[in-house]
Amino acid sequence: MTTAPPRQAERAGVPAAIAAQDSPRGDKVFSTLALTAGCLILAVLFGVAVFLVVQAIPAFTADPADIQGGKGFLAYIAPIVIGTVIAAAIALVIATPISIGVALFITHFAPRRIASALGYVIDLLAAIPSVIYGAWGASFLAREISPAYVWLAENAGWIPIFSGPASATGKTILTAGIVLSVMVLPIITSLSREIFLQTPKLHEEAALALGATRWEMIKMAVFPFARPGVVSAIMLGLGRALGETMAVALVLSSGALTVSLVQSGNQTIAAEIALNFPEASGLKVATLIAAGLVLFVITLAVNMVARWIISRHKEFSGAN
Amino acid sequence: MKAIRFGRLSAVAVVAAGALALSACGTDNPTGSNQSPGATGAAVSGTLTGIGSSAQGAAMDAWKTAFGSANSGATVQYSPDGSGAGRKALIDGSAQFGGSDAYLKDEEYESAKAQCGPDGALNIPVYISPIAVAFNLPEVKELKLDAETLANIFRGEIATWNDPAIAALNPGVTLPDLKVTPVNRSDDSGTTTNFTEYLAAAAPSVWTDKASGVWPSSLQGENAKGTSGVVKVVTDTPGAVTYADDSAVSGKLGTAQIKVGESFTTISAEAAAKAADASTPVAGRNASDVSLKLDRSTKTEGVYPIVLVSYHIVCSTYADQKTVDLVKAFESYVVSEKGQKDAQDAAKSAPLSSDLRAKAKKAIDAIKVKA
Amino acid sequence: MTTTDVAPGRSKLTRGRLPGFAPWVSLAVALVLGAAAVAVPGFTPFGWGIASAIIFAIVYVAWSRAVEGGRKAADKLATCLVVGAFLVALLPLVSVIWTVLVAGIPGLLTPGFFTTSMNGVTGVFDNRAVEEGGPVIGGIYHALLGTLMITLLATLISVPVGLLTSIYLVEYGQDKPLARAITFFVDVMTGIPSIVAGLFAAAFFFLVVGPGTKTGFVAAVALSVLMIPVVVRSSEEMLKIVPNELREASYALGVRKWRTILKVVIPTAISGIASGVTLAIARVIGETAPILVTAGFATTINNSPFAGWMASLPTFIYTQILNPTSPSNPAPSDQRAWGAALVLIILVMLLNLVARIVAKAFAPKTGR
Repeated sequence: MTTAPPRQAERAGVPAAIAAQDSPRGDKVFSTLALTAGCLILAVLFGVAVFLVVQAIPAFTADPADIQGGKGFLAYIAPIVIGTVIAAAIALVIATPISIGVALFITHFAPRRIASALGYVIDLLAAIPSVIYGAWGASFLAREISPAYVWLAENAGWIPIFSGPASATGKTILTAGIVLSVMVLPIITSLSREIFLQTPKLHEEAALALGATRWEMIKMAVFPFARPGVVSAIMLGLGRALGETMAVALVLSSGALTVSLVQSGNQTIAAEIALNFPEASGLKVATLIAAGLVLFVITLAVNMVARWIISRHKEFSGAN
Repeated sequence: MKAIRFGRLSAVAVVAAGALALSACGTDNPTGSNQSPGATGAAVSGTLTGIGSSAQGAAMDAWKTAFGSANSGATVQYSPDGSGAGRKALIDGSAQFGGSDAYLKDEEYESAKAQCGPDGALNIPVYISPIAVAFNLPEVKELKLDAETLANIFRGEIATWNDPAIAALNPGVTLPDLKVTPVNRSDDSGTTTNFTEYLAAAAPSVWTDKASGVWPSSLQGENAKGTSGVVKVVTDTPGAVTYADDSAVSGKLGTAQIKVGESFTTISAEAAAKAADASTPVAGRNASDVSLKLDRSTKTEGVYPIVLVSYHIVCSTYADQKTVDLVKAFESYVVSEKGQKDAQDAAKSAPLSSDLRAKAKKAIDAIKVKA
Repeated sequence: MTTTDVAPGRSKLTRGRLPGFAPWVSLAVALVLGAAAVAVPGFTPFGWGIASAIIFAIVYVAWSRAVEGGRKAADKLATCLVVGAFLVALLPLVSVIWTVLVAGIPGLLTPGFFTTSMNGVTGVFDNRAVEEGGPVIGGIYHALLGTLMITLLATLISVPVGLLTSIYLVEYGQDKPLARAITFFVDVMTGIPSIVAGLFAAAFFFLVVGPGTKTGFVAAVALSVLMIPVVVRSSEEMLKIVPNELREASYALGVRKWRTILKVVIPTAISGIASGVTLAIARVIGETAPILVTAGFATTINNSPFAGWMASLPTFIYTQILNPTSPSNPAPSDQRAWGAALVLIILVMLLNLVARIVAKAFAPKTGR
């Protein structure tokens, strides 16, 4: 049973006497501040967009032969867009179920006393800098996982995504995707956990009282309540997966677009920028910034889809 | 309520403790050396800012340390953002010099005039770095290769190490039946530019791609970021081969002798310096500029043709005398015999020949205040 | 088991349930079968663990289905999956932490690691350390100081802006077009590649202050561009799920909206907000590229974030790993880099702890 509301009111400094001391000016100032902050964000984003577009224009107007690869910007960007999507998709396919499982474990399964410690442990994953993930992925994970790739290529090679010959170093897009999934896992877990914790206790207890098993209670009371928040969490994780540079740059043995996930090849936009920007000059800079702009557009599209999913379930959103 | 108050207090206490920890004392003297201030009398002073090649980082550490201790009032700061970033920084005025693994391109030379005056910028070679072809074969430490074979290996045309083409060049060497795994740089780099330039010039029939800092994406192969990255991958993978700055190639890997003319040249600082000496000046530059156009397909014996020449790019004119003095003093030190030796000790780079040092010194002496 | 009411041991209430020892029996069976299954391709402890876990789930759930029926079995299956997910998530965590600990502790224990900078440390010293077995000199004081200052500044910029924005979105926006636009564009901002944020901040200060302006503050602005969307997004979600009853109770007592927000809504959501802020800090504290282009690269101590180049832990780690101080003997650089990485992780752990303490101090007691 929650006893929160009365306590809240108590802490708010109950009596009308205090409320009477407030002047409406406080409200005015506060709402203006909030509005200003929101507008500042729009201004910054506008600034970033202008910066990107101005810097990227030469790449769109240049002679196609001058762009890297010699076939114009579209031919240059298309493979790495696909590579980005593949890497992010692998990361989310792995990370989403695990993160939700972990969040559920912490909130609804683990003994209460150790639950917050467990949450803390998972948050630790978010604390590790990406260059360390990159070094770990390149020197440890890739080496350990490459026998599995060889096995996959030999035994499941008829599936195009596992066609051989497998990479000798294990530095493939699948490894990069796995490293990315480890990186987005704490983001999705942390937010989902907070949202699961906020499920109205009354709903949960009502479900249990009706004889639901724990899993049925989660399905009926927790998930419907948490869905928009979890989608948000996944989107935040996706943002990280799409934009991650250093880990992918260190782990992936990049190359031309390939269907096989166990061969070297493919490239992501963010890694392409990170790998080439330091040495770039002139048109190359414009091309790379244009690639950044494309990444921007991809994120935009993905978020539109997410918004649409959330809006379909609006009736469940928290502040009902 | 009391519990809450106490909680808040402890929270504030923790934050305050963190803030206190922040102000702990540290020192800027890890080496324990005695930097006697003003030891060399009234030298130059001020802060000199450079941005550029990350490969120059190790040599720059040595230079800025030695220069700083000889000129107590002067500081050199260097950010290893990358060669392209360094050239950009010189052109837009963010830095007083740029470190670059290549001399300015023609269009960059033109745009540098806005910042550097009508005489444009100067490219000053600061060291040479021989690029080794390093391989991981358990029993073999030395291999002889020619340009065509090398190009075929890196194009993936040669699948195993006991291929007849390699065997023909290495009579008497037992080559293993091991898969060849060529490893290239995943990042845009000066090392790749110089290596592909060599392949395109010396084996034009096999290497049909243009020389470029980015490895041709049509070729399948493994890659890794940075010199240390490729060396690590090759060290971990039997049968792998890469091209990397000689200083970073560890003793565990073998290095190839490259066929020049009729004989094979072993990689060495002297052989690399010969390649730089045999170069021709780049056309269309300032008279005292020292950009080197290397002859990759040279037939002169004893020359190691796969080298990278690293430059400092400076303006021919600066706005005030103080900056001019500072730049001249620093660059003169860098190309001096001592500067070259300091870099060699710290970074194992190959020093410039005395002839080249004289040319570089002449270019530095021409730097003056903007009219 | 008979159906008589007087049957000893198990009452009607517990009939049709798995006995308490069921998980242990299943586990024992799974361990034996798992060992047998893995022995065929070649025994490894890792493979044994995986195989046993899968067999355990199958045995336990099947048993439950036979005794308890489908609904209970589904519940058991879900429990197995959730616990399994947690264990799987621990694998990379343990692996990464182990890697960092093993590689990082030697660096951490080097004398002077925390109290000195890298000023004057050249390849000569590293060569000597490797070839003659001398001490590895050079430390991270300058980088630690830089990271603390840059991150603190970035947090001071991002948290007020982010939190106020999310308050606007949840409490004042109410589906106004402006609020919808902000929400949407905040999502877009999460997709800004970090290098772009750095270049943007560098270009902005280039225009406003002058060419080559690289300071800790510029880096803080760049990091804020990356942090703000994470703060907004997470605190928005947290504010949204504060029950409306609380707000209404507060209004009913005559408390003004802004006081309700400050005293009721935010304290209720503070734990989530704090964890969002920690996540945002963790997200940016390890960024390399934006700091390199905005704060430069220093090897000396700089106490002012508003003047001069500033070092940071990520740029230190990055350059030490990818461009060792001595190219021919990278071992000392690796040692310093991993040591610095360990420090960075400990730093975020401490931040996380502080955030939790702060959250706990301000949060009201709830059911859980």
